[in-house]
Amino acid sequence: MSFISGVGLTAFGKHEGRSTLDLMTEAAEGALSDAGLRRADIDGLLTGYSTTMPHLMLATVFAEHFGVRPSYAHAIQVGGATGLAMAMLAHELVEAGVAKTILVVAGENRLTGQARDSAMSTLAQVGHPDYEVPLGPTIPAYYGLLASRYMHDYGLTQADMAEFAVLMRNHAMLHPGAQFHDPITVADVLASREISSPLKLLDCCPVSDGGAAFIVSREPTSDHHVRVLGCGQAHLHQHVTAAKSLSDVGAAVALKRAQDKAGVGLSNIRYAGIYDSFTITLAILIEELGLAQRGESAARARGGDFGISGALPLNTHGGLLSYGHCGCGGAMAHLVETQLQMTGRAGQRQVRDASLALLHGDGGVMSSHVSMFLERVR
Amino acid sequence: MSEAAELKGWTDGADAILYQSCGACRHLWYFRRAFCPSCGDASPQTHRASGRGVVYSTTIVRRAATPDAKAHVPYAILLVDMAEGFRMMAHGDSDLRIGDQVVAEFRPFTGLRTPYFVRA
Repeated sequence: MSFISGVGLTAFGKHEGRSTLDLMTEAAEGALSDAGLRRADIDGLLTGYSTTMPHLMLATVFAEHFGVRPSYAHAIQVGGATGLAMAMLAHELVEAGVAKTILVVAGENRLTGQARDSAMSTLAQVGHPDYEVPLGPTIPAYYGLLASRYMHDYGLTQADMAEFAVLMRNHAMLHPGAQFHDPITVADVLASREISSPLKLLDCCPVSDGGAAFIVSREPTSDHHVRVLGCGQAHLHQHVTAAKSLSDVGAAVALKRAQDKAGVGLSNIRYAGIYDSFTITLAILIEELGLAQRGESAARARGGDFGISGALPLNTHGGLLSYGHCGCGGAMAHLVETQLQMTGRAGQRQVRDASLALLHGDGGVMSSHVSMFLERVR
Repeated sequence: MSEAAELKGWTDGADAILYQSCGACRHLWYFRRAFCPSCGDASPQTHRASGRGVVYSTTIVRRAATPDAKAHVPYAILLVDMAEGFRMMAHGDSDLRIGDQVVAEFRPFTGLRTPYFVRA
């Protein structure tokens, strides 16, 4: 059994002059304070990676900088799935008795710490170095390939995908920390410039500076904590060329493994935090996870099901699409928001009942998947 | 070494598309390795593909990441299901659609010669 006892999240967007370690520190301070802990209480530390501060040993660099001396520490990397993979690992470590109080933290000045082209070409390296990268694909191109095929197979339209950009923006408008607060419409998304067809600018998440952290502990350390019920992963391919299917990418496999651990049915889920690097990412994941039938996720979004007062509120902070994406910390914001919702601390974004939540993250080009169930504890 | 092991493909600078197969388990794949990724057999066979296939998916890149690639914008990136039974990424005509029958040519792209598909 493990609990998420505290969470910390910086605003996402531009943090001119602030480094990876600065943003990690701000998020970690937030999580520690939220959990009612001091540095000396931390006996485990997990970090992700930073493209603006590549290092062989980011966890111990941060440990020394921040001032903790954990008995267990290292960084891990599975792309965008890193945040949830760290949460899962922390849960497993606590269950195994390896550590009692684990700080999970990530942050990066991905927007202001490098040129935009540099960020784009670094990210595109998730492609195969010999058989894909020489062809000049970008991350939006990989997801454009996914989107074209998914539209062909399931009748999804560009207006359908745009629905998710609008939904995420509507949520972000209620969060002061979000990168974007200007309202957008489906027409705005469709009129935004094409990046890699069929994806338009507003179908793509931004590059952001930011940080996120949480405390995973054996005992609750605060009165606002949630319980981790179970987690699962799946890794069926790395490169989009090698993926057996572009619509059964491993999300359902990870979900099944998490369900087996958690012992809960999907119909009991009241809140969801789903990775949304692109609008198509969200549509595919919602449908592969079974939260909507194939080809029907957009209709459900249009009907309000995934809104704050809907049947299954989703990414109420605005997701990667509108809260922002700072790398490993990006999907950790989904977990932070979920924890706030489940403990009744989401302010004007508060949903009615977040008693049981599903989180799902993916990394690469739908390559690495992590699912996690969280339960409210009173 | 067999003659097949010396075949060169477009990633080696030759105008050819290669793939591999396993004599032990019949698995067939695209990314070259010294072993079969399905059963581990250490003597996969390398073959030259016909260049014929069917478009599986397409995207038109309008925002490239590197200065070299920007000179080619817009360009199409395709996934093509090849006649021999493997899938590959390549360039191609911008008006190609999913399901189109295509055949490979080779054209210059950022100092390389890369596979470029046109309607068969």
